Amino acid sequence: MSLKSTLHDLKEKYKGKKMAPAFNAIHTFLYTPNETTHSGGHVKGADDLKRTMNTVIMALVPVLLFSMFNAGYQHYAAVDAANGIIRKVSLFENFLTGENFWIGVIKVLPLLIVSYGVGLIVEFIFAVIKGHEVEEGYLVTGMLVPLIVPIDTPLWMLAIAVVFGVVIGKEVFGGTGMNILNPALTIRAFLFFAYPTWMSGDKVWVYDAVNMAGKPDAISGETILGYLAQGKVSEITYSVSDMFFGFIPGSVGETSTFLILLGGLFLIFSKIASWRIMVSAVIGALVMGVIFNGVVDAGWITETSKFYGLMSFTFWKHLIVGGLAFGIVYMATDPVTGSQTNKGKWFYGFFIGFISVMIRVFNPAYPEGVFLAILLMNVFAPTIDHYVIRGNVNKRLKRLKNATAVATGNKSEKLKAETV
Amino acid sequence: MGLLSKKDKGLILDPLADNNPITIQVLGICSALAITAELKASIVMALSVLFVLAMGNVVISLMRNIIPSKIRIIVQLVVVAALVIIVDQVLKAFAYELSKTLSVFVGLIITNCIIMGRFEAFALANGPWKSFLDGIGNAAGYGLILVIIGFFRELLGSGTLLGFKVLGDPIAKTGLYALGYENNGFMLLSPMALIVVGIIIWVQRSRNPALVEEN
Repeated sequence: MSLKSTLHDLKEKYKGKKMAPAFNAIHTFLYTPNETTHSGGHVKGADDLKRTMNTVIMALVPVLLFSMFNAGYQHYAAVDAANGIIRKVSLFENFLTGENFWIGVIKVLPLLIVSYGVGLIVEFIFAVIKGHEVEEGYLVTGMLVPLIVPIDTPLWMLAIAVVFGVVIGKEVFGGTGMNILNPALTIRAFLFFAYPTWMSGDKVWVYDAVNMAGKPDAISGETILGYLAQGKVSEITYSVSDMFFGFIPGSVGETSTFLILLGGLFLIFSKIASWRIMVSAVIGALVMGVIFNGVVDAGWITETSKFYGLMSFTFWKHLIVGGLAFGIVYMATDPVTGSQTNKGKWFYGFFIGFISVMIRVFNPAYPEGVFLAILLMNVFAPTIDHYVIRGNVNKRLKRLKNATAVATGNKSEKLKAETV
Repeated sequence: MGLLSKKDKGLILDPLADNNPITIQVLGICSALAITAELKASIVMALSVLFVLAMGNVVISLMRNIIPSKIRIIVQLVVVAALVIIVDQVLKAFAYELSKTLSVFVGLIITNCIIMGRFEAFALANGPWKSFLDGIGNAAGYGLILVIIGFFRELLGSGTLLGFKVLGDPIAKTGLYALGYENNGFMLLSPMALIVVGIIIWVQRSRNPALVEEN
């Protein structure tokens, strides 16, 4: 008996029982359900929720693989730096190596497993208690979570944060599709506020730096934003191409702007994510960056100011350091928590970029502002949509009024029908 | 029970659960979020409100027939302000450190909706003994939630209870901390207090579906 029919039989056996949603989830995850509708006309579409989620995961796989190599590369680069050797990245000589990948296997995979394991257990429990189907929303969240935390995050912290994020961020609102806040970012925000020492500083971004702190062979890896926030611009040894391709320390998967860009293009091409949000967020970030550069150029901020480092940072470089690119492509475009109207998406995206760079500069205590900016705009997305819709309604009302005022008399009925 | 009739008992017991001022009427949230980072502060706040509400209810109830209804709010404010000042002075005299922790929130007991709410809804229409019981009951319901929130916030946020290091010493790495456990800094922030209140409301309504409002 094939696996498909075994699963189908299991499903039939447990139909109406308490555990039914759990079996259904496994069954439909692997195969098309074998019920067919018997009446009426139907549109057959392949882009159901599972397909959508899987497409996003496909866009994330290159980022995940890169991050596994980068985890090792950053570790060995930091060890070299502690011995006074400055490493030059070379893709085949010292980046795509087995020892780099091994560090990725022992550090990144456990994050991924804990994220999926804990998250799906919570989802299954809620599905069984509430008696609905297991929803696919966690498939993407579970993939995003390990990519947006520092590499040395203790697994138990991640587990607690995932439970919090899935329950408080999603399930209390009614599950997938009903949540106000992006669950992955809720998890990140929880970690950030609950365990700030594990989420910032110069120790957490490189594997083993926390353990070796204070020992003779201590290593560290400050992020570029961290250097800038402390005004140590001259200590940045990374070139622009390092930043763009991602050979820099940072949260697990956020570093490679290049692969994120590819993923973003794939999502736009497959029409999963909104290009309007991505483009407007990039514009927003650039505008804020230009304003800050202008402030520096005008001489309003001197080098003694604590904002100088980040404010004088060339505006377009904001896009290739930190989590801005990752946030814009994979988090801001979340169809549930973002704006729904096309016009609203422009505002929503623009403010995400704008506020991200603003938080970066004005609050050096938060080396990365993009997650706060997206969470803030998540909250405002319904308001934006409301005003876009109201604006549209008013515009049409006005048009109707004008049309009827101009064409009083015999033609009015016809005009009304045309214009409304 | 000879002392309390069945109805009197209800006055005390109802606000503890099914008519709780915080979780059902959603009053007095402000102070519940602000001062519950430590269990001790929560307990003192609960006792302060207990004193003010019970005494205030009795005083208002005694005066209920002579207060002109046009100026009753002012009269209520004078009564509650006088009682709050007594509490504030006592705290400053005997528990100075704690009064500094509670800071402005002792003074803000005046604006606690529960107090004015009980004056308006109960003390103006009932006798002093019943009003006294009602005050005790509502303040206890309020205090109960405060203590629950304070318990979880202090335990998970600082690893202590009433100042005792129940989970071990975070600096010397003893107890749970030896295993790598860390305090949850989010618990010390007010937003988490709101989430804890939300979870209490969730638990209470799941246990008693009759409390869930119709949409």
